[in-house]
Amino acid sequence: MNKKHKPSSIIYKVFIYVALIALAISIIVPVAWVFMASVKTNSEFIGAGTNPWALPKEFHYQNFITAFRDAQMGEFFLNSVIVTAVALILLLIIALPASYAISRFDFKGRKFLNAMFMAGLFININYIVVPIFLMLSGANKALHVEFFLDNRFILSLIYASSALPFTIYLLSGYFKTLPKGFEEAAYIDGCGHFKTMTKIMIPMAKPSILTVIMFQFLAFWNEYIIAYTLMDDHGTLAMGLKNLMAVERTATNYGIMYAGLVIVMIPVLVLYICVQKQLTQGMTLGGLKG
Amino acid sequence: MNRGKSQRRFVFACLAPAVILVVLFIFVPTINVFRMSLYRMGGITNKKSFVGFSNFIKLMDDKNFLEAMQNSIAIIVLVTLCTIVIAVLFAALLSRGKFKGKNFFRIIFYIPNILSIVVIAGIFGAIYNPSTGLLNTFLEAIHLDGLKHQWMGDPKIVLYSVIFALVWQAIGYYMVMYMASMAAIPEDLYEAASLDGATEIQIFFKVTLPLIWSNIRTTLTFYIISTINLSFLFVQIMTNGGPNGKTEVFLNYMYKQAYGAGVYGYGMAIGVVVFIFSFVLAAIVNKITDREVLEF
Repeated sequence: MNKKHKPSSIIYKVFIYVALIALAISIIVPVAWVFMASVKTNSEFIGAGTNPWALPKEFHYQNFITAFRDAQMGEFFLNSVIVTAVALILLLIIALPASYAISRFDFKGRKFLNAMFMAGLFININYIVVPIFLMLSGANKALHVEFFLDNRFILSLIYASSALPFTIYLLSGYFKTLPKGFEEAAYIDGCGHFKTMTKIMIPMAKPSILTVIMFQFLAFWNEYIIAYTLMDDHGTLAMGLKNLMAVERTATNYGIMYAGLVIVMIPVLVLYICVQKQLTQGMTLGGLKG
Repeated sequence: MNRGKSQRRFVFACLAPAVILVVLFIFVPTINVFRMSLYRMGGITNKKSFVGFSNFIKLMDDKNFLEAMQNSIAIIVLVTLCTIVIAVLFAALLSRGKFKGKNFFRIIFYIPNILSIVVIAGIFGAIYNPSTGLLNTFLEAIHLDGLKHQWMGDPKIVLYSVIFALVWQAIGYYMVMYMASMAAIPEDLYEAASLDGATEIQIFFKVTLPLIWSNIRTTLTFYIISTINLSFLFVQIMTNGGPNGKTEVFLNYMYKQAYGAGVYGYGMAIGVVVFIFSFVLAAIVNKITDREVLEF
């Protein structure tokens, strides 16, 4: 800014800082407080004269041990890792060829398929979670098995399916921008369709693929309502945390409850610190959310 | 070698899995929502009988549903208004102001958006706790005891507590979005305005706001759709509609009826109404915010 400051601009500046800092505090303080509370002993929460703002008297890491051992947070954690990883792999294996084919080839019914995937963008999973549940339990009954519900692979498959329309929209948008010459050169060199796709086209889409991975990791890791509806013994971390919160709140074991919150938050925060720049830039690429 | 044939086979192999999954897990369930809304379906016996529109007629007399509708509309309107004002304001401050720590603030403001809804519910549990909560003890410390409340227990306040959590969660996301569209405004427009003697506030209203208007319009649709969904998740975890239906929202009511009580047909009728409601609302909002697009 090359203008000289008027007196009013000092007030303006102060106002900016007050506003920014107030909002920042409203976010940092509660999150930091949860971290602090996760290493407090139970006596620091209950009873007269306890101050929630006091620092922990000691580093009571046993809360985490209890959460992992007695509340099975370790198991939930593992389930979440499996479900998130499998869902991401499925999503990419299915969405990449589909986006490539729909954006680079001309074939009958292409317009129709495009419209279908676009329509899928407008259907939110929250509306259809109960019919999905009924469909799976119906499949169980029809085949006399207990296979389709409480199955981590099926859950991953549903996560991947729910993310397909948006992922195809994003990736095919990217594939469309690449010049035709790449494929022609590959064909002349004797590459088949499949090899051209895997060796030449998909590696070029790396930035978009990373965007997809970042967003869908967060979506799958944090997902709650589908897991809650479809899963039982093999629940994900979000479900485990909700159980833990309900149990420990009635048992007033607050320390363990906050340890559970920290366990769920840490992977996400670590990822965010690593990729925050790409994340906030990638967002404007797609700009859609459930 | 037959090029055309091998190409057709390749395209088919690429698209078949995606098409099958989208049809199976998105379109079939969606069609089922509409179909089931015309049936009476019990949970235990699972007998189906076609009842036409009677589920919808029953819905119009359902006091709980009407209350959920009211709450949902209040939440959509207030969350949208608060978030838009705050997000646009902070986006303007962060992209126009010249000061240190811009990046730091951007990073912090986005954090709530990456946290799981369950985590946010836990955090707000800690904030709103009546005796040891952060909010009440803070008010006590600054001697504003009069403002202390049962944030999650008082029927008059609890809806606003939920709204506050929703706004807190949404600000960062939309702020980053508005910042991106502000970054696209050429710098010389600002220079011209400031040479003409415009103040920062005038620049904001006369330059920035009109130029990001089309972006704001797009986000209005996002607000409607995502507030309907997120309010469901928040309420499901934080209050489950309580106390006494004061925070019931329509998707949560649908979920309770369909999944909880097993009255599938009736639950799906609620889903259909909400689905149509959100489309109509988005269309109306789109229509009334339609102005001449300013380009740069």
